[in-house]
Amino acid sequence: MTALSPKLIATHQLTEAEYNKIVHILGREPSYTELGIFSVMWSEHCSYKSSRLHLKKLPTRGPYVVQGPGENAGVVDIGAGYVAAFKIESHNHPSFIEPFQGAATGVGGILRDIFTMGARPIAVMDALRFGPLEDTVNSARNRRILEGVVSGIAHYGNCFGVPTVGGECVFEACYDGNPLVNVFALGVAKRNEIFYAKAAGVGNPVVYVGAKTGRDGIHGASMASAEFTEESKQKRPNVQVGDPFLEKLLLEACLEAMQTGAIVGIQDMGAAGLTCSTCEMGSRGGTGIEIELDRVPQRETGMTAYEIMLSESQERMLLVAEKGREEEVFRVFRKWGLDAVTVGQVTDDGLLRVRHHGEIVAEIPNQPLADSAPLYDRPHSQPLRTAPMQAPAVSSRNLTRDLETLLASGDICSKRWIWQQYDYQVRTNTLAGPAAADAAILRIKENGAALAMTLDGNARYCFLAPRDATKLIVAECCRNLAVVGAEPIGATNNLNFGNPERPEIMAQLVESIEGMAEACRFFDVPITGGNVSLYNETLGEGIWPTPVVGVVGLLQTETPLGLHFRHAGRSVMLVGGVGDCDIVRFGGTQYAKAVLHDLWGLPPALDLDYEKRVQTAVREMVHAGLAESAHDLSDGGLAVALAECSFGRQSVGAEIDLSSGLSPELLLFHEGPSRVLISTAEPERVEPIAARHGVEALRIGVTSEGRIAVRNRGAELIDASVEGLRKIFEGALENKLRV
Amino acid sequence: MKFGVVVFPGSNCDHDAWYAVRENLGEEAEFIWHDSRRLGAVDAVILPGGFAYGDYLRCGAIAKFSPVMEAVKRFAADGGLVLGICNGFQILVEAGLLPGALVRNAGLKFVCREVLLRTETAESPFTGAAAAGQVLRIPVAHGEGCYVADERTLDELEAEGRVVFRYIDNPNGSVRDIAGVLNAARNVIGMMPHPERASDPLMGSTDGLLIFRSMVSALAHA
Amino acid sequence: MKARVYVSLKSTVLDPQGQTIRAALNSHGYRDISDVRQGKYFEIALDPATTREKAHQDIDTIARDVLTNPVIEEFRIEFLD
Repeated sequence: MTALSPKLIATHQLTEAEYNKIVHILGREPSYTELGIFSVMWSEHCSYKSSRLHLKKLPTRGPYVVQGPGENAGVVDIGAGYVAAFKIESHNHPSFIEPFQGAATGVGGILRDIFTMGARPIAVMDALRFGPLEDTVNSARNRRILEGVVSGIAHYGNCFGVPTVGGECVFEACYDGNPLVNVFALGVAKRNEIFYAKAAGVGNPVVYVGAKTGRDGIHGASMASAEFTEESKQKRPNVQVGDPFLEKLLLEACLEAMQTGAIVGIQDMGAAGLTCSTCEMGSRGGTGIEIELDRVPQRETGMTAYEIMLSESQERMLLVAEKGREEEVFRVFRKWGLDAVTVGQVTDDGLLRVRHHGEIVAEIPNQPLADSAPLYDRPHSQPLRTAPMQAPAVSSRNLTRDLETLLASGDICSKRWIWQQYDYQVRTNTLAGPAAADAAILRIKENGAALAMTLDGNARYCFLAPRDATKLIVAECCRNLAVVGAEPIGATNNLNFGNPERPEIMAQLVESIEGMAEACRFFDVPITGGNVSLYNETLGEGIWPTPVVGVVGLLQTETPLGLHFRHAGRSVMLVGGVGDCDIVRFGGTQYAKAVLHDLWGLPPALDLDYEKRVQTAVREMVHAGLAESAHDLSDGGLAVALAECSFGRQSVGAEIDLSSGLSPELLLFHEGPSRVLISTAEPERVEPIAARHGVEALRIGVTSEGRIAVRNRGAELIDASVEGLRKIFEGALENKLRV
Repeated sequence: MKFGVVVFPGSNCDHDAWYAVRENLGEEAEFIWHDSRRLGAVDAVILPGGFAYGDYLRCGAIAKFSPVMEAVKRFAADGGLVLGICNGFQILVEAGLLPGALVRNAGLKFVCREVLLRTETAESPFTGAAAAGQVLRIPVAHGEGCYVADERTLDELEAEGRVVFRYIDNPNGSVRDIAGVLNAARNVIGMMPHPERASDPLMGSTDGLLIFRSMVSALAHA
Repeated sequence: MKARVYVSLKSTVLDPQGQTIRAALNSHGYRDISDVRQGKYFEIALDPATTREKAHQDIDTIARDVLTNPVIEEFRIEFLD
């Protein structure tokens, strides 16, 4: 055995202390292959070593939770014997290197996480973040990345046959060299047919199914190793190519094979491939696993044990079958034209034993490998923050022009160009798809229920004050669900941050998690799983803290409530009231960004208790059938929300009369939470509901044909035609891409 | 009536068609596996949407060799009703059961949206329940739905009333706005829009049901 | 002057399209087909006044920077006079 040099250990991103821990676990020096195995399992990506301590602060239990964090996906009960499995995961770095394949394999990975649990994926959403599309040195590259990511998502999801029903897309300079691609997926299964990633039953065969193993995406660390020639380094692709067709076959075959009753446990091979799936299944089952790498189907010749164990080739699964019933499983995979091979068996010694050409190349106890990764309480100070607290003078020359500027801005403009490339209807469950309502709504044919789901993040707010901002994000997600009449039942999170070894970045992470924990507890939405992506940097500068939250809610199956005004002559009501805002809390708004090109102060103030009452009241109004449309106020405040409500098929606008002491800029564009705009034919029935919950419900105007007009105490603030604004809103993204 | 829905590896609207027939139309439906050489006792066949074989060579190019396609050809030759939706349409043109070809959308992007279709003829077993000129609201979802054919074929299709549907707002650049065509015997139709996605009031339109209803009534009177 | 640029996935990168086509060919009786790789082909016409040297340089840059992503693809150029 070659001695492992300190340099080699360092290139595997293992510290000296970590290496000593490995030696202690093994009672000897690790082999080269073992070093590789430890390095991926103990990587930040697999072990959450910097975040785990703080993730424990999140609430994970609730009345609907069937499976919390720790499995391939979280599971919640959705009634009548059915469950929903869902999770969000990032594929940030691969999407920068190769946008199309990076995003495509991101979708593929999260879909496998869902169907590994026995759930058929029925919805995908994406939270995307890119550098600016215009006016910077990297704009052309950012446009290419956006186009590649979107077509990669479309390619994979459309071909696989899962609808992409919503998401968000935001542009900030901090994502210039580090785009964020966070993909959420949700699937449905029978409650008593959930599958877990557990290896049980000594002597049971361990079966490999799906694509052959190639030298794909092998841990970057190994690149520097001396064992590889220059040529092989150059040949080894760090980016994997996705095969959605194969994944579709894998889905159908796995779900069918699960029905045989001969599958004991199953896990997909994602990051860290064969390594992760074997040791995690063994660890969860308290068993050992023994495999012979010669039996692993290989796409290339001459692969080393190290390469086979660390390959990240896509569309592969590992399963444990019941001894003697393998043939039932193989028959199903053959029907779908897929390779399925027994590569080993479950043992009783708790060891991961890997043989190659008959010789043992790795022998590691599963449990410490999978679960005893180092845990760090990294120092954290004050969150990094470089924005001033003090506000500039804000005085608009033309408020209608400002509204137009906002509607044309990257964050607010219509994302039709993106979502029209996604098949958002396949499986015929989509009751409300992209941009139709504040949350995507899918019916569940199996049990007659419907699920609403939403994704949200706001890095501007988080940069100003991560704790409060993350509470705002959770509140907004729950509000989005309330607006369509849904009750939140579970959540997932994707924490995208910079380098945790910097105390001021670690502080952003800690504060954000604590804020999330407080808000999730307050709204009774447990986090059932998620993903942490650290070391996101552009030119040595961390990205702004970007926690993304996805919340799932339950509601009745019926014609969904959309966000667009439907008829002229209806009352427009602002449930929650005009809200309050001072100039300091105006600094993180889209107005500050798009109109003033500035950032200062603090995010909007949030009164959790009032927020909850607004949500309860709105849900009640929706259930009573009183709202014809409903839309919450968020990016761009009241004025942008009014415009968005007007962009329905009928172009119904509104005449609004306000009576507020706020300055016109703040009144129209502040982003204070706890506010929902509804149109109703029965305002007199809405008011008592609001009163009962102790929230304001102001009649602020009337819907009308074709115009948006806003006055405050008699002074005209905005007057514009709906069609004119719509043209700006709908055309903006394509204009930016066409530059 | 019993509808057979063919399942190719990579079909992904098979279940949607099956569901629309059973739950929205109220007729029987069963799946037919791609490597079966017989269709069984079905009254009509649907080739559903999706990405058969990933559409990796050309859309429909590999699927046309599936054993089931021989059975579909015989069924069509005997006058059986065959409805090809989206990828099903692509397979039918590749298999030579319908004229023309489907190429990449003029906009070069996959497009998923609702379109307005004009029913150009009610003289077919697929549109008998509609009125000529009736406008239908049905979604499309495809990357390669631009219909092309040589001028002579196009003139022939027009002259024989075999252009069944035309886009009012052409989403893909199809020549002469063609969204759906019939074979000469008028018992095989291919269309890019998805009627099974417009068969349930919850999905926003039930105009697609007209096509399935027309088939049922044509079969009842056969 | 004309240039032909052939772009294909690097030999070690998975080519799902090629594999699916290979499997279909095998199942249609072409048992001898052991591998299929799919790629892209570009025909680029250049102004006749362009010098040979500049053309070679430009096409090489275009192939490297625009037509391929060097992370997963490789290319080959042919010039026709």
